[in-house]
Amino acid sequence: MRGQGKPMEGTYIKRRNRPLQVYAVLFLIVLYVPVLFIPLFSFNDSLYVRFPMQGMTLKWYHELWLREPLWNAMWNSVRVGAAVSVISTILGMVAARAITRYRMPGRSALVTFIMMPLVIPGIIFGVALLVLMSRMGVPLSLYTVGLGHLIVCMPFAVATLLPRFEGFDPSMEEASADLGENGWWTFWRVTFPMVFPGVVASLLLSFTISFDEFIMAFFLTGTDPTLPMYIWGQLRFPKEFPSVLALSALILLVSFVLVFIAQWVGRKGLENEN
Amino acid sequence: MTKTDAFISIQNVSKFFGTFRAIDDISMDIGRGEFFSLLGPSGCGKTTLLRMLAGFESTTAGEIFIDNQPTSDVPPHHRPVNMVFQNYAIFPHLNVRDNITYGLRKQKLSRSKRYEMAEEMLEMIKLPDYGTRKATELSGGQRQRIALARALILRPKVLLLDEPLGALDKQLREQMQLELRALQRQIGITFVFVTHDQEEALTLSDRIAVMSGGKVLQVDTPTGLYETPKTSVVARFIGNMNFFDGTVRRNGAAAAAIETEGLGTIQVPVADLDKPDGAAVQVALRPEKIALSATRPDAAEHAVSARLDTSAYLGERSHFYVNLEGRDEPVAVSQPNTSRFNAANQAPSGTEVWLSWSSDAIVVLDPE
Ligand SMILES: Nc1ncnc2c1ncn2[C@@H]1O[C@H](COP(=O)(O)OP(=O)(O)OP(=O)(O)O)[C@@H](O)[C@H]1O
Ligand SMILES: [Mg+2]
Repeated sequence: MRGQGKPMEGTYIKRRNRPLQVYAVLFLIVLYVPVLFIPLFSFNDSLYVRFPMQGMTLKWYHELWLREPLWNAMWNSVRVGAAVSVISTILGMVAARAITRYRMPGRSALVTFIMMPLVIPGIIFGVALLVLMSRMGVPLSLYTVGLGHLIVCMPFAVATLLPRFEGFDPSMEEASADLGENGWWTFWRVTFPMVFPGVVASLLLSFTISFDEFIMAFFLTGTDPTLPMYIWGQLRFPKEFPSVLALSALILLVSFVLVFIAQWVGRKGLENEN
Repeated sequence: MTKTDAFISIQNVSKFFGTFRAIDDISMDIGRGEFFSLLGPSGCGKTTLLRMLAGFESTTAGEIFIDNQPTSDVPPHHRPVNMVFQNYAIFPHLNVRDNITYGLRKQKLSRSKRYEMAEEMLEMIKLPDYGTRKATELSGGQRQRIALARALILRPKVLLLDEPLGALDKQLREQMQLELRALQRQIGITFVFVTHDQEEALTLSDRIAVMSGGKVLQVDTPTGLYETPKTSVVARFIGNMNFFDGTVRRNGAAAAAIETEGLGTIQVPVADLDKPDGAAVQVALRPEKIALSATRPDAAEHAVSARLDTSAYLGERSHFYVNLEGRDEPVAVSQPNTSRFNAANQAPSGTEVWLSWSSDAIVVLDPE
């Protein structure tokens, strides 16, 4: 399943395919060029996003430093992200282990059920949770946001962890039991180290998703905004816009780095095995 | 359930997977310090039985006693047995030394003590200085030894081995067989050894249980199994065997004979035959217990003439197929090449030869 193998000259499958290359390049341009405008204009010495640019400046970044509410929102997002990534990864491990280890009826139904939030629009989940919370009289807070994010992150956590659990031989755990370790120690001494790259990948991915998540937060935030909510709030004020761009650029950068690390660690682990 | 003197006592054990009966009412005892093999074709339940001894599978019925203790409620990590897995199950994230000392955690030993013990084990398995190697950098034979050391360092009462030599090439396998046997003698632990290679079982074991379709057909020493198989299935499974259909003919209490298809009428001592007159039996005769000669040997107890069909020269011995009057299936004969120029090796097909055998060479079995 790994992306590119060694180039093999002359075989049919590896022959260069010009239209496909063009398509791939176009695809990447359409996908990423709009995103690239954000960091570009965050250095623009003007309130307005339009060409030609007025000159380079770092003042928008400097301004970010001075905003108390922004740092509060950032801190909220970090806390929610950390909690959500840890919980979804733990639940993801439990689910992945159960799915791969036990012969149970309705296994594929369970997988589908866990993966469902991937295809159900976030707005539906958001509204549903909002209704549920208000029915139950739960005040909206960072906890409700976290709950929403948990639903969004679970499929990613499971999808990241499942291949790790599938790729490992159940006789490893049996060997540990045979050598005298109970279930708990077997988990810590054998299972966990062997799925560790998947765990790191899942933590980073879940954190990134939660950190950037807007729709759930939109419905479920109480008085403490998360960072995306704060940004949304600032969009009403035209003079704040360049700072929002600067902030978005920073978030983009951090997200990219985290996802890259997650992918790299995940793949690294799988390669080591073989 | 009764207690016995046996070290491992398997009493009326059955195992069902759903409705499939993988183990069918097995009872047998394994003695202390014995090298005991489970031998049988693929899918006969060897691994399942071993996994029940280790505690990875529950018994559906019956009870297994180890050292006089019932084991039903004992989880794998509390059993005084250790296992060498078919694929060795070496932990890939640990180095060789940490693999070997894995089971020592609960003994709360100092690090230097653990290292010392690991070094001793590495010495024993003839892999000194391998302690810091990565587990993923080992050959098949080395992994097998590490798996052995990892189990033996805990001084188990029983070592279970699931086809531990199956993945090795012939030469290494034979070397490891000798080493295993020597090791078992040296440390005196009970070995329960699974294999589907009959030669391996014969070479290594004190006793062998021959299994088929979830049942144990016979438990015996290697010579017992080979020379006095109790059923034709066992006779067929261990070594080669010629079978002749026959009928018992009793003349009063003193003498008995078996009328056979191909071998003529054979006199047998009455004491050896518990069949009534007219009973259908099978007479089994091993290829190497038949002597082949150009003329009728004078001293032979039994002899028939035959015609040579095909022959195969194997160096140390030759295999012949000969045809008998009144029998469709050729008879296999195996002769050691005790002289350099054995005329039979050059004889053309159709040559007349004589087969001879002694009375104690034949085994009388129930028909299949
Ligand atoms: N977990 C299981 N669920 C269902 N059937 C099983 C299970 N484990 C084993 N069996 C069946 O039980 C029978 C015995 O299997 P077992 O693994 O004990 O055979 P074996 O004698 O070890 O064979 P081999 O020499 O091929 O390893 C087989 O028919 C197998 O299909
Ligand atoms: Mg097996």
